[in-house]
Amino acid sequence: MRALRRPLPPWADIVLLPVINVALAFLTVGVLVALIGVNPLHALKLLIGGAIGSSESIGYTLYYTTNFIFTGLAVAVAFHAGLFNIGGEGQAYIGGLGCGLAVLALDRYLPGWILIPLAIAAAALFGAAWAAVPAWMQAWRGSHVVITTIMFNFVASALMVYLMVNVLIAPGSMTPQSRNFGPAGKIPSMHDALHTIGINVAPSALNLSILLAILCCVGVWVFLWHTPWGYALRTMGHNPEAAVYAGTNLKSMTMLAMCLSGGLAGFVGVNELMGVHQRIVLDFPAGYGFAGIAVALMGRSHPFGIVLAALLFGALQQGGAELAFEIPSMTREMVVVIQGLVILFSGALAHLPRPWLQSLLALRSS
Amino acid sequence: MTAAPAIELRGIDKRFGSVHAVRGVSLVIEKGAITGIVGENGAGKSTLMSILYGLYRTDGGEILVEGESAPMDSPRDAIARGIGMVHQHFMLVDTFTVLENLVLGAEGGPLLAGGLAAARAELLRLSREYGLTVDPDARVADLSVGEQQRVEILKVLFRGARILILDEPSAVLTPQETDQLFRILATLKERGVSVVLITHKLREIMAATDCVYVMRQGQVVAERRTADTNPEELAELMVGRKVRLELDKAAPQRGEVRLEVEHLSLVDFRGVRLLDDIDLQLRAGEIVGIAGVSGNGQTELLQVLAGIRAPTSGRFTVCGRTVDAAHAIDPGEMRDLGLAHVPEDRHRQGMVAAFRASETSILGYHDEPPFSHNYILSNPVVGAHCAKLMEQFDVRPRLPGLLSGNFSGGNQQKLVLAREMARKPKVLLVGQPTRGVDIGAIEFIHRELVKSRDAGCAVLVVSVELDEILSLADRILVMFAGRIVGEVEQGLADERTLGLMMTGAKAA
Repeated sequence: MRALRRPLPPWADIVLLPVINVALAFLTVGVLVALIGVNPLHALKLLIGGAIGSSESIGYTLYYTTNFIFTGLAVAVAFHAGLFNIGGEGQAYIGGLGCGLAVLALDRYLPGWILIPLAIAAAALFGAAWAAVPAWMQAWRGSHVVITTIMFNFVASALMVYLMVNVLIAPGSMTPQSRNFGPAGKIPSMHDALHTIGINVAPSALNLSILLAILCCVGVWVFLWHTPWGYALRTMGHNPEAAVYAGTNLKSMTMLAMCLSGGLAGFVGVNELMGVHQRIVLDFPAGYGFAGIAVALMGRSHPFGIVLAALLFGALQQGGAELAFEIPSMTREMVVVIQGLVILFSGALAHLPRPWLQSLLALRSS
Repeated sequence: MTAAPAIELRGIDKRFGSVHAVRGVSLVIEKGAITGIVGENGAGKSTLMSILYGLYRTDGGEILVEGESAPMDSPRDAIARGIGMVHQHFMLVDTFTVLENLVLGAEGGPLLAGGLAAARAELLRLSREYGLTVDPDARVADLSVGEQQRVEILKVLFRGARILILDEPSAVLTPQETDQLFRILATLKERGVSVVLITHKLREIMAATDCVYVMRQGQVVAERRTADTNPEELAELMVGRKVRLELDKAAPQRGEVRLEVEHLSLVDFRGVRLLDDIDLQLRAGEIVGIAGVSGNGQTELLQVLAGIRAPTSGRFTVCGRTVDAAHAIDPGEMRDLGLAHVPEDRHRQGMVAAFRASETSILGYHDEPPFSHNYILSNPVVGAHCAKLMEQFDVRPRLPGLLSGNFSGGNQQKLVLAREMARKPKVLLVGQPTRGVDIGAIEFIHRELVKSRDAGCAVLVVSVELDEILSLADRILVMFAGRIVGEVEQGLADERTLGLMMTGAKAA
């Protein structure tokens, strides 16, 4: 039996639909903003200006984007394997612990060009290890990863508080943070890096971790669509029985997918701790792990789409901060509401306009 | 003047975008008769019935029920006119009882008790009148597939249907259950119910219907009294060219033993013996057919032989490698040994609907050269491979980039077969080679299987279609309750003895 409506052409699916989703979200935001007595157009101008108005704001937007790319990719890789990894938050946290420990242990002995790759590997390893436990429990014991990864977020959070307060706290410090990293443990900031080649931009938190993020995008794309493992992973995601038939071991494939996912999430720690804070601090994942779900959904779990979605989320994060700063009645919470609405329309309600769009396109073509 | 027919369709037309699915179809469904509509997949049968049942709105033409014009805007209109439809896939709530399923959507008030009591009385009456016996308090999940279908029919009758549409009703049934279904349909006919039977199986048309309409490419191309036609003529009308239903093949040239199964047993986690002391031998250059009612261990036998499940006891030897409980094997290693497997259920195992055809064409071989070289999959090589397979096996449309799920059943099956035969396997396991496949493609698939036998491959075919086993196999084994209960050489087998063995009544 044929479906009544024909599927959308790819360009409409990948470009038009997300654009409509975001537009709908902003329309709703506009109504809300008007309700609290702020001119929506004025707010929009501030938001956009805050996100891309100057080289400094662009820097911050891209810095946030970096985090969203990591967690978006993490969710997407698991998703292609048919696994819903909601533990990006905890995996990012523990990933940060991994690179932090590596730097704290070795920054007095090793030069940066050895230490930084080592610490990045440690972040991936720790993130992967944190995802490996729920993966193992699903593969061998049948505990669903959706439940266990959520639980592991809380475990990670509690563990980090314990470690920061009791173990890793800098001697004599009143706040729960580690001692500062040595210079060897710092990932160069973008403005410094650009300065050495003669380009001057305003200082921001953006650092060379963004190159790692781009590398990860390419890597994930190659892995998923151009290697036999990626093929087997996607087969499992679409049709586990066919994967068994093809000779794939579902248990080890579940482990592989979740570990890759956790490792990618762990890179948030690299950007945050080695790129910006220069020490281990509490609560640095700040919701990136969860937002990664929305980023992956909006980006249709494709690295290119994830970059676009991460850019939007980065811009919202940065522009939203600017908005809260400029208009007193636009509180920080209001900005969270805006982000929430974008997530709602591009995630949960992503397919809401699809039937209308289909009818519209069918009308046009007939 | 004669009474108006149950249904008359005049010039029904339906387009989906550029696809002209139904083109000016006119047909008459007589009262108290069984009318067959036959055609290949995609000929427009199901679309036509969906229009009649109000699921689709027609673009042109008129529907008359009992001589009155009856526009069908939704299934509600159809039900109000006494039309009921039994879908190919059952619409039952597994955890409910038969009675609860029956009243679903017709509960008759906010409290269930009254409605249930009335329904029970009505169910008993229907059971008596039409000979449809089902325990009203049995949970649907505990019923056999045939009984579930009876519940579907009862549901439709319960809503007062006088015209019954069955869409491919035998797709999920065993031959025995199909025969039972036809007896039920005959009773319904005697009681004045008009039945429309949609199918692509000619045997069923011949066995059950009074008259038949043949559809091809959205049009009715012929109308016949069933008594005045024969399967060959219908097949030719359906496909649009001469079709050979008989398969001619030479006597097998048997070679060395490629697969030897000894005392093989499989016990599941509940302790049920799914396979019980199986012994069989498969030689190069022969086709061994395994007949049996579905669910008697054939599925499990294929799974064990393909390396998907490990046997509980006993062993089997494939191309020199012995597998038993202690020495399990995985499907990948099996392929390396030279065994290929066309699974019974291509949708669940043999392909990935969301993958492009080219990706499906390397399933199981994806980590081998030439597709994978230095840990990188070469998409151009995979695409070229798929294009070649499509050419060899006449898979249509020839688009390696099209999603596997968008091909028709027959073309999906040809693609899976092409993939498994491409490596010139030493042993080929085939489950239900032509389930859900058009007649034209069946002919092709059978010929390819014989060709690979003649090339020296050892072929094991499992099928619930007796006709298929009878025409394909050089030697026939019959399975019942996890055991092999009989073995017959081709030529000495007939449908009746095999049928008896399949029910466990007679051993040879």
